[in-house]
Amino acid sequence: MKDLGSETFLRFDDVKKSYDQKNLVVKGFNMDVRDGEFITLLGPSGSGKTTVLMMLAGFESVTSGDIAIAGKSINRTAPYKRNIGMVFQNYALFPHMTVAENLAYPLTVRKMPKAQIKDRVAEYLKLVELSDFGDRRPGQLSGGQRQRVALARAMIFEPTLILMDEPLGALDKNLREQMQFEITRLHKQLGFTVIYVTHDQTEALSMSSRIAVFNDGVVQQCAPPAELYERPSNAFVAGFIGENNFVPGKVTAIQGNTVQVQTDGGTVVAQLAEGLSEGGPCQVSIRPEKLFIHPTTHAYDNALTVRFNTRIYVGDFIRYYFKLPDGTDIIVKVLNDLSAPEFDDGAEAQLLWLASDCIAFPAG
Amino acid sequence: MTDIAPGLIPADARNAAREVRKRKLQAFLFVTPLLVFVIFAFVAPITTMLYRSIHNPTVANLIPDTLVALGDWSGEEIPDDTVLIQFAADMKRMANDRTSGQLADEINRALPGMSSVVKSTARSLRRVDDTEIATNGAALLIEANDRWADPATWSAVKAAGQAYSTSYYLTSVDLERGPDGNIVQRDTQIYVKLYTKTLRMALIITVLTILLGYPLAFYMAHASDSMANFLMVFVLLPFWTSLLVRTTAWIALLQTNGVVNSTLLAIGITDQPLELLYTQFSTILAMTHILLPFMVLPLYAVMRGIDQSYMRAAMSMGSKPLGAWYKIYLPMSLPGLSAGALLVFIISVGYYITPALVGGTDGQMISNIIAFHMQQSNNWELAAALGSLLLVLILVLYWLFDRFVGTDNIKLG
Repeated sequence: MKDLGSETFLRFDDVKKSYDQKNLVVKGFNMDVRDGEFITLLGPSGSGKTTVLMMLAGFESVTSGDIAIAGKSINRTAPYKRNIGMVFQNYALFPHMTVAENLAYPLTVRKMPKAQIKDRVAEYLKLVELSDFGDRRPGQLSGGQRQRVALARAMIFEPTLILMDEPLGALDKNLREQMQFEITRLHKQLGFTVIYVTHDQTEALSMSSRIAVFNDGVVQQCAPPAELYERPSNAFVAGFIGENNFVPGKVTAIQGNTVQVQTDGGTVVAQLAEGLSEGGPCQVSIRPEKLFIHPTTHAYDNALTVRFNTRIYVGDFIRYYFKLPDGTDIIVKVLNDLSAPEFDDGAEAQLLWLASDCIAFPAG
Repeated sequence: MTDIAPGLIPADARNAAREVRKRKLQAFLFVTPLLVFVIFAFVAPITTMLYRSIHNPTVANLIPDTLVALGDWSGEEIPDDTVLIQFAADMKRMANDRTSGQLADEINRALPGMSSVVKSTARSLRRVDDTEIATNGAALLIEANDRWADPATWSAVKAAGQAYSTSYYLTSVDLERGPDGNIVQRDTQIYVKLYTKTLRMALIITVLTILLGYPLAFYMAHASDSMANFLMVFVLLPFWTSLLVRTTAWIALLQTNGVVNSTLLAIGITDQPLELLYTQFSTILAMTHILLPFMVLPLYAVMRGIDQSYMRAAMSMGSKPLGAWYKIYLPMSLPGLSAGALLVFIISVGYYITPALVGGTDGQMISNIIAFHMQQSNNWELAAALGSLLLVLILVLYWLFDRFVGTDNIKLG
């Protein structure tokens, strides 16, 4: 694997985009990407992530702001001069050409000698493990194979930057996991920079060096996967990445990095998030797998009394649904082992957790 | 006997076969009404037309005995008196049946100028006594008109008397059978020139509709739905107005004192009205307008199915827009282009009403001549031959198209 460069390779500087001269789809996007990074733009549909990708590829104009690669603005560079590889959701393999011709296309356009093209195509077919498929047409391939051809075609002209627009969206779950592995392998092996757009957080968490979470045209947080999951900077990110419980309450005291919150089920201590003020409303977010049901051997700081609602058997774990006195649902994930308790309907239970595992956000 | 898989007993095989038969019968019943209709409304008339172009029994029915007597005539001098007498008798009978006019028309086609000869002869023989004809018929005939003494006349009668002949096909390619039986060029060259002109005009119209329709369909296919629907109304508008009204509108625009000419005069581009109407130009103009939807609709339908990402992918790989269009988009839109071009070309080759209304003499196409032979000159056999030739021509073009482009490359949506 290539070392991540310390210099900024790609820079978005306050990039804005409006289609209708009234509403901004992208409201000031800033980001520095280092050489060799795998950046994922994650967000619900309509959040502006694909627009950012299209502006980077040159298919949409930039309304204001600047996109620069290696210090040079590419705002006015034609798409075909940007030397950016792209993988599309529908793969966009040319149906009237064979797989080999598809791979050869970017090289033919660059007027590479024929013999060299042949070698390079063979090399990349081998790289994506499709050596025997060069003479097939895209229509004769399975979804996963098409995806690999599309990947190879985006890489074959050795662009420094590869964009992927929900490339795994059309695949089933097993294939998707296999392709995630494949993309990660190629990224490590060849060391190109990737900007990856998806609305699937599992994909984002498992592949990226950094994830930018989009909502409503604004980046909510841009951080490595673990930090995003453990230390979400606001309630949207906390709710969007993974599962989360939100317990409403009122801030009673702020002490350094921690905060005391009065909830319906009792007082709890949580990590402090930005924008909280004493006496103001807030919501405490706790991940379902960080909650334990009394009795437990795990250490805990907080306890909340709840009523049992129902439980769902998932397989490797069991999901418990509890209700707070005010009606808020609380989900607890318990590993499917002997410690998983049984409850009667409406039975009272105590939920326990560490203060460091929960964060209090200002109520939105 | 084919191998039967283990576990499939003969009764199972029979059941499965019965199921297949039932399906086939059902499928057949679904298409039967159409099949019957097509046989009555299409196959039968076309077959009749093809038959008619080589079969004309009129003369053979009118003067059968004369033709039998002419059977062993050498063709170099006047036939025997028996032939002339028999013909005189036939003439008298026809004069009284009032069928001599039909004979006059038919023989006139073989040898121009014979119409009046036949008619006057029939008139003079009408009241002659039967016995007089039996004894002195030959002399009476030649007395009525001395062209009956000319062997060429009798060649014409013999030629017209053939029930089956290829002469109509020869005529439709400007050839004829000379007196010695060899095929020679006709004096007047009409039809080959007309076929060539028809094909050339159809080709020009096809190219024009491609030039106008392709960019429009491209824009519509990638515009927003509301914009595409809005433009579609304009494409379909010509479909919703009567053909006659549209053609008349062109007449109003193009005539000597029409809108175009008065505008050109007013702004001083010309100082006298241009000859726009009743020319090839006006035919091509009006037909391009009328046939444009046939090009745009299949193109639009195919282009709708081509995702933007193909062009984008090509450009991201370094291809310039025009190169990407040529290498990627054009091959992908070819099925629509082929379908549109084929539709426009075939329709315009056989087009009748527009050339008839705005074409004048210069803009006439082959269909107009076919119509002329059916309605005015009453030469149905020649019309059938010309029509059959047109059909063959289109089939050959279709075959060529299949060879070079492939019919699987045609898509209407």
